[in-house]
This record gives sequence, structure tokens and C-alpha cells, in this order.
Amino acid sequence: MIVLDLALNAVATGIVLGSIYALLALGLAITFGILHIPNVAHPAIVIAGAYAVVVLNRFGLDPILAGLLWSIPFYFIGLAFYEFYARSFESRGGGNTLQSLTLFFGISLVIEIALVVAYGTDLRSVRVGYVGESLRLGTVAIPYRFLVPALITPVVVFLLWLYLSKTNTGLAIRAVAHDERAVSVAGVNPTAIKRHAFGIATALAVIAGAALVITGPVDPFAGRIHIGRVFAIVVLAGMGTIPGTLAAAIIIGVAESLVMSFASPSWAPGVAFAILLATLALRPTGLFGGVR
Amino acid sequence: MTLPRFALVAALLVVAGLFLPMVIPNPYYFYAGYVVLQYVVIATGWNILGGYAGYTNFGASAFFGAGAYAAAFLFKAFGLPLIFQILGAAAVGMFLGVATGYLTLRIQGVYFAIATVALVIVLETLVHNTEYLGGASGMTHIAPPPPAWFGGQTQFVFWVMLVIAACAVVLARWLELSWIGRGLRAIRASEPAAESCGVPTLRLKLLACALSGGVMAAAGAPYPTYTSYLDPVSAFSLLIGLNALAMPLIGGTRNWKGPVIGALLLASVQQIATVTISSEFNILAVGVVLIAFVVLAPEGLLGLKSAWARPKLRLSGAKP
Repeated sequence: MIVLDLALNAVATGIVLGSIYALLALGLAITFGILHIPNVAHPAIVIAGAYAVVVLNRFGLDPILAGLLWSIPFYFIGLAFYEFYARSFESRGGGNTLQSLTLFFGISLVIEIALVVAYGTDLRSVRVGYVGESLRLGTVAIPYRFLVPALITPVVVFLLWLYLSKTNTGLAIRAVAHDERAVSVAGVNPTAIKRHAFGIATALAVIAGAALVITGPVDPFAGRIHIGRVFAIVVLAGMGTIPGTLAAAIIIGVAESLVMSFASPSWAPGVAFAILLATLALRPTGLFGGVR
Repeated sequence: MTLPRFALVAALLVVAGLFLPMVIPNPYYFYAGYVVLQYVVIATGWNILGGYAGYTNFGASAFFGAGAYAAAFLFKAFGLPLIFQILGAAAVGMFLGVATGYLTLRIQGVYFAIATVALVIVLETLVHNTEYLGGASGMTHIAPPPPAWFGGQTQFVFWVMLVIAACAVVLARWLELSWIGRGLRAIRASEPAAESCGVPTLRLKLLACALSGGVMAAAGAPYPTYTSYLDPVSAFSLLIGLNALAMPLIGGTRNWKGPVIGALLLASVQQIATVTISSEFNILAVGVVLIAFVVLAPEGLLGLKSAWARPKLRLSGAKP
């Protein structure tokens, strides 16, 4: 029964891992999935958020609380980012994808090096009481440092889903991606709506950063391994569906965890990308995207 | 300049390169010059797809690394000489380009860009887990002694890279002026419009993928001979993917001159910078330059020059 135990453990770890990945991908589900802005800097912003959380944690603040506190300034940083992006491209009649991808690529490099300059390349971590302990259910053991951040995800997913499908502003965010002109005819300023959405995505990045830094220490370049993974999740989910993002993230998390347990950990980084390539080839609208 | 004359000039440059070791005794210049030329090849190859057709490839290092590992494999398994290693690497790069393109190009360009990021990680993971290629710790590559004429391995690989660079630039220029280049430019301007005018867009894009991938892989082929050591981290380095993007962007992506100018400028500056400043700062500089060019001069240095010459076109908002 060792194989079964191993499989159970792997699936449980995968689900937990997947919900943390979902948190990382939610901001991108808004910027890339809904607004179609290829924000490759998102993981770098997440890491910047993690560092911000570490700073407050030194004063004894709980990392999740610190993440919530930081989400307000990060929202405004997001507004500024969008303003910079819009001034650079959209006023000029829309830059092409190459240019906006390059811009965000450049921004992510600047963020990484800024972190190196400010904090060095050493690993940084937070102090919480529950590190090192695990929840045991029969033969399945899940460390609390993974379980606690994973439990944030359902809450955030639910609130975000509620916001995007039940409030006027949330509906406007989804409408603006669909038809900008119709939105402005309806009396809503599309640029203001997109800026607001980008702000929310950036605020979500710092919460994801808080979750990530609880699971383990980060260094300035820790975002890089997540770039492909979060894009894989958003594409697999089907561009901008919020519950779909959670489901896709869990699929990828479980797949990675199974590969780690039954093949070798060194194969794990390739899993998300193999799934991404397969999705693009077989079902480019994603699992939950439907026909557009 | 007509194409045969252009090719003749390139050939003369290559012949002149044969005599460089007699003029310059210090091998360091060949050591640094190799890297500059390598980036001329990578940027030129990248531009065939990224510039002419407007499809961003973030995974230049995947092609470079695949080329380097293909060459090392061909040498280790069959003891093939460098020329066949380069041809084999180019073939691998072409295959990789077509495969990636076939999987992703039927949909939007953004997906292609993201898939290329993925490709780097997939290949790196693959090499990590392949014992025969040295895995994570890398493999040594003891190349046979170079022809006596060159006086040293560094001078020899420098000349080899010069030959590859000349071929790549001639190829890029030929493509640019042929019907293929016109078709790719039509795709860049508007894909649906090109399609409805009868341009075979998918086939042209796949051709561009193949040629672009082949050239970038050829740039990687002499790398094991150059360093006599090959490991996944340096073969799939982020800096290669970054430079492949930055150099054409700095020079200008519209014609063959842009990537050459961008590569000569940026690679020379980096060669000086790595001696004098840290490599982190190097990456930061590339990042800032990328942002600045994309925001202020999206057509690159050559675009700035033509905007200077024709200011009216700029003011009216029309693209030159």
C-alpha cells in the first residue's frame, strides 16, 4: 500500500500547491486574461510584494496581515504602472504585442535588480509560529506553511468572482475587454476602468507574495520559474475565468506533484510547460473558456 | 547594392578575417569579438521572425542551447568535425522552430511568445535529466586542435563565427528583398488582410520560424568548442534571450541593418561592462534600455534616423 499512500500524499500536496499557484495567477487572469495585457512582470511584482511582507514581518506582523496592508499601496502602484503603459502605447494608437511584452519584460528586470541592490541576493523568509509543523490525516501529512496560504485562495477567488460578476464596476471591467466603445457609450470611462483593474491585479500580487513567502524563502529572481507556470494556468483556464483559474492551477499543481513523487523532482519544472504547449495545440480556448 | 555584390562584400570580409590573427597578436580580442559576432548571428536570426513577421520569440536561448547541445552530441557520439556540427545544429534549430510554430502559430502571436518562454524551460529540464549530455553539472568538450594557420582555438572559432555571421546576414538580406520578405511584412502589417490577399500566411510563418531557429541554433554550435565546456545554465542563459530581443529593438527591426547595428553596439558595451562592472548591472542596463527604446523610439536607432529625415510623416501620425 506504499504506492497508494504515496499517491494520496502527492495528490493532497498537489491540491495545496495548486491553490497557491492559483493565488499567483489571479492577478494575471485579470491583466492578461481579461484586459489582454501580457504582463510578464507579474511574477516579479509578486516577489517585490513578498519582500515588502518580509519588511513588515520583522516588526512581528503576521505575513497575511502584512500582505493585506500592503495591498493598498500596491493598488496605487498598479494604477501608476497602467498609466505609464497607457501613456506609452494606447495613446499612440495601441502598441503591438512585441512592444508591450518587451516593456513588461524590461520592467520585471528592473524590479529584480532593484531588489538585488536593496537586499542582496540572499534568501529572505518570514517568521511564523506554525513553520515546521504538519497537519496529519491518516497517512497524509501537509505542512502548515503550505496549508495556511492555500486556505487564503478560496476566499480570494470567491470575493473576486463576486466582485467581477455581481458589482457594476466588476461587470464594467469585463465589458471593457469585450467592447471598449460600447462601454464608453454607456457612460463609463474605459481607461479609468482598465487602470482600476490593473490596480486590483497588482494588489493581488502582494497577497500572492505573502502566500509565497510563507511557503518558503524567496530571492530576487524567484519570480522567473513562475512566469511560464502562471501563464500556463491562465491559458489552461481559458483567459480570465476566475473559478477556472483555480481549477487549472490545481490541475497543474497535482500534475507537478505526481511527477515529483513518481519520476524525479528535476522533471517538475517542465510539467507546467508541457501542459501549456499541449493546451495551445489541442484546445487554445482553454478548459473553461468556451467559444469566443 | 545587388545581392551578388552584397554577398561578395561579405565573402571579402570573411577572407580578410583569415589574416586578422597576423595583425592582432592578443587572443583576448578574438575571445571578446567571438561573443559580439555570436550576437550578430543571434540578433539577425531572431529578426527574421521577430522583426520581419512581428512574432516575438522570448526563447532565443532555447535555440542557442539546442544548437550548442546538438553540436556537443554530434561530436561526442560520432566525432564529427565542426562544420558538420554547425549544419546538424542548424537542422535541429529548424526542426524546433517548425515544431513550436506548428503548435502555436495558428492562434494569436501572444501565445507564440509565451510558448517560447516555455520552450527554454522544457529543453533545460530535458538536458538536466539526460545523463549522456552531462546533466546539471555539464560536460567537457575537448575539440581537436585548430588548423595551424590560425595560431589558436580562439582565433579559429572567431573566424568560424565570422563565416556564420556573414552567411546569416546575407540570408537575412536575401529574405528581406525576396517575395518571402514582402509576405512577412504583409503579415506584420495585418494578418487577416495578408491572408485575404492570397499570402500563404501559415506557410510563410513556418518558413520564418525554421530559418530563424536554424540561424540561432547555428550561433550556438561553436559554443562548446569556444569554451571547451557546456552546461545547461550558461547554454540556456536568460541573457541570450534578452539580448536577442534587445539588439534588434535598439537597432531597428525593419531591415537587416538594425540587428547588426544593435548587436555590435550592445554586445561591445556588454563586453566592456563585464570587465568593468558587475553582471547584475549588465542585466539592469539591458532592462532600462529596453524600456527606453520601446517607449521613446519603438522603431530603433534606424527608425530615429528616418524620423529625423522625414519629420512630417511622424507628425501626421502615419507610419513611415
